[in-house]
Amino acid sequence: MAVLSLLSAQGLSIKFNGLSVLSDVSFDVPKGQVRALIGPNGAGKTTLVGLLSGRLLPSSGTVHFDGQNVTNWPSHKRIVQGMGYTFQITSIFETLRVHENVALAARRHQMRDTLVNEVVEWALVRVGLAEYVNDIAGDLSYGHQRLLEIAMGLAQQPKLLILDEPTQGLTESDIEAFKALIDDLRGEVTVLLIEHNMDVVMQAADFVTVLESGQVLFEGVPSDVKASALVRAAYLGGANAKA
Amino acid sequence: MDFGPYLMLAIMEGALTAAVLALTASGLALVFGVMRVVNVAHGEFFMLGAVLAWWVTQLAGGSPVLGFLLALCVVPVLVGMLAAFVDMTILKRINYDPERTIVATIGILYILQQVTLMTYGPEARPVAPPFNARIALPWIDMSDGTLRLYWPWGLSITSYKLFVIGAACVVLLGLWALMTKTKLGLLMRATEQDREMALAFGIPVQRIYAIAFGLGAGMAALAAVLIVPIQQAHYLMGGDPLLLSFIVVIIGGLGSLPGAILAALLIGLSDGIISIFFSPTLAKIFATLFVAFVLVFRPKGLWGTGKP
Amino acid sequence: MMSDSKKDCFAHGGVLLFLFALQFFLPAYHHGNMARIMVLASYAIGYNLLFGYTGLLSLGHAIFFAAGLYGSGLAISQFGFSVGVALVIGVAAGCVLSAVIGALALRTEGVAFMIVTLMFAQAGYLTVLYFGEFTRGDEGFVLAHADRVLWGVSLSDQTSKYFSAFSLFCVSLIMCLALVRSRFGKVLIAIRENEERTQMLGYNVVWYKFCTIILSGSISALAGATYALLFGYVGASFASVEYSIYPLLWVLLGGAGTVIGPLVGMIFMFYLIDLSSGVTTAYMLVAGVVLVFLAVFAPQGVMGEVRSRIWKWLS
Repeated sequence: MAVLSLLSAQGLSIKFNGLSVLSDVSFDVPKGQVRALIGPNGAGKTTLVGLLSGRLLPSSGTVHFDGQNVTNWPSHKRIVQGMGYTFQITSIFETLRVHENVALAARRHQMRDTLVNEVVEWALVRVGLAEYVNDIAGDLSYGHQRLLEIAMGLAQQPKLLILDEPTQGLTESDIEAFKALIDDLRGEVTVLLIEHNMDVVMQAADFVTVLESGQVLFEGVPSDVKASALVRAAYLGGANAKA
Repeated sequence: MDFGPYLMLAIMEGALTAAVLALTASGLALVFGVMRVVNVAHGEFFMLGAVLAWWVTQLAGGSPVLGFLLALCVVPVLVGMLAAFVDMTILKRINYDPERTIVATIGILYILQQVTLMTYGPEARPVAPPFNARIALPWIDMSDGTLRLYWPWGLSITSYKLFVIGAACVVLLGLWALMTKTKLGLLMRATEQDREMALAFGIPVQRIYAIAFGLGAGMAALAAVLIVPIQQAHYLMGGDPLLLSFIVVIIGGLGSLPGAILAALLIGLSDGIISIFFSPTLAKIFATLFVAFVLVFRPKGLWGTGKP
Repeated sequence: MMSDSKKDCFAHGGVLLFLFALQFFLPAYHHGNMARIMVLASYAIGYNLLFGYTGLLSLGHAIFFAAGLYGSGLAISQFGFSVGVALVIGVAAGCVLSAVIGALALRTEGVAFMIVTLMFAQAGYLTVLYFGEFTRGDEGFVLAHADRVLWGVSLSDQTSKYFSAFSLFCVSLIMCLALVRSRFGKVLIAIRENEERTQMLGYNVVWYKFCTIILSGSISALAGATYALLFGYVGASFASVEYSIYPLLWVLLGGAGTVIGPLVGMIFMFYLIDLSSGVTTAYMLVAGVVLVFLAVFAPQGVMGEVRSRIWKWLS
């Protein structure tokens, strides 16, 4: 089972100062799926993503990625292996041009400069930033910076793209564009989407994992999640999970 | 002299070093703790304290006691005000960016040092101690199975040195009371905990910074006023206190006051004792390497209480 | 219309050409000064690789300069090696030392990194004093003219001194330019701008920093070794804290993260101190004022301002 999935977490636990933040979290993401990871604030989503991407090390449990046990790998090695990661709080090279931002992501796996430029152009067209290629990244609007972040993820041409709250702070029209982008990527790349916005989750995800108080509360297709009383209860009587 | 009395003498001298060091270093630790910046010019505030003390005692005329008391009251305040002024005119403008602050305080170091050279001159000048009675110390000797008290030649300390040790303890207690018992101390600790939150609660963070920077420099100046009757005032005297304070603050855990005082005791006492066995240069080499290794392998200080 | 990349190469080539031509016009006093400036500017170029491009502020680079200086100086004075061998020994000493210090210091970051480098350099300085029997401490020692001959050319001669200094500067500048325009250099700039992001793009950030420290330390040592061979004096002051602060000052003044900035800052500072030391013994006051001024008003330095305002293509 674990062999068929691209990403597999088994029994992940972590404690900070003796306080258990995640306990025994297990889930598998099969190749090609768009998986959403949701949960109320403080459920441990950010911590879990930190463990998957290698920014934190678990107290116990394992992470397998693309057939390898990557539990103790540093983050840069996981990324070379094919993980792409976008930050929850926009993290770009503000003083550098948009082109260079994406080129840094592409150069790691493309040896020839012409190929790098092709990848950059492809990624920027994908997110709709092609016209800003020569702008200084820090001068872009907030929404465009979020898109640049995703373009940097795409330019790594990852097997798995981890998107940490990609729609946070985006306008309605930006969110529509984002949903279209995810639809566009479906099948091409496996996506792990950490998301607050239920609309996005319901429309974009193939499968949803719900985290609550550091444990997996529920797993299922979006419609099952919507119907689940457990999930509604976790979200303060379902206030956020608008139908 | 036998080894025993010799060791005791080293410990007494070490206690003096430790007392002065604790004062100087707690000033540096205070600044680092509250403001999260490293003040490289700290040693120059120490030097300025010593030079101004000489200057004030000269103005006061003949009486060493009057001159010394005047220096003790006036000099730390003057230096503290100068430091607060530096904070408000320079550090505030660079927004306390840690790296630019280091560059700026290196600049301030040279400015203070060189202006002193231009005005005060390159000479080392002594300040007369207000009192300086020699107190011989007894040692216990075991002979023929009976204990005997005797006064070995050379085993003595001056009343002034004892006063310095006592005064340092009093000032440190005062600092502790200020930080834990007063509103100002509360505000400083709040700023130390979380600058943004302090701002949100309407704490005048800018003024707290100026006070902390001034207080830190004032502590260094006070230490210098106390030590200047033993050492002479010289425009280059700021180097060693800076280095030693760094060492103390790092070993004590960056920004932690109790850690700094504990480390000052350790360094001060071991400095006296190590120099019996090693040449001073070799002792300094070991001390600097020790600090580097503490930072590399135990970045929270030996006691691990400070924040990273 | 030339491409930006070509303009960049031509601009730096022009500077080198100018420096080469300068020796035929300069009066003797400034002739000697320029030789000294080019050697120290090479040291600053080494420093700039780490500070200006990678964003690592070291307060202890004097130990690398001194490693080159003493490595080659002692190789000649104590062991009687030839100039060529002494140069290699000096650079090797800097290379090894920077690898050791780099491996240790890179476990820390920010303020701790500065203090760790400062402490190692201080330990190095004290070590020089401790072995005063060989190094003659603060007083230093002089290398005889007869010992400073490379391929039959005396390095103490005015012309060959200028030419050697110029060669060193060429090597340092071209190396630096090639490096920062390479893929490797672009990763360094990325680390400076956003280390966490660079790591999460799959680059082994610590490895890049480690390589840069070794490169930076080796260039500094090369400059130190050349200094000893050209000017024939080896003294502890070159290992002191001042010589760790100077390159920071030159680089900040000229423009951190610009290839030509170290030279500009060095020339400026050299003549500023040269002029003011004629007036007062407290000439370091000038350095202090400049540092404060730079920190407050011009954190980008001269060439940094030029780049952000006029020549945006400058490396």
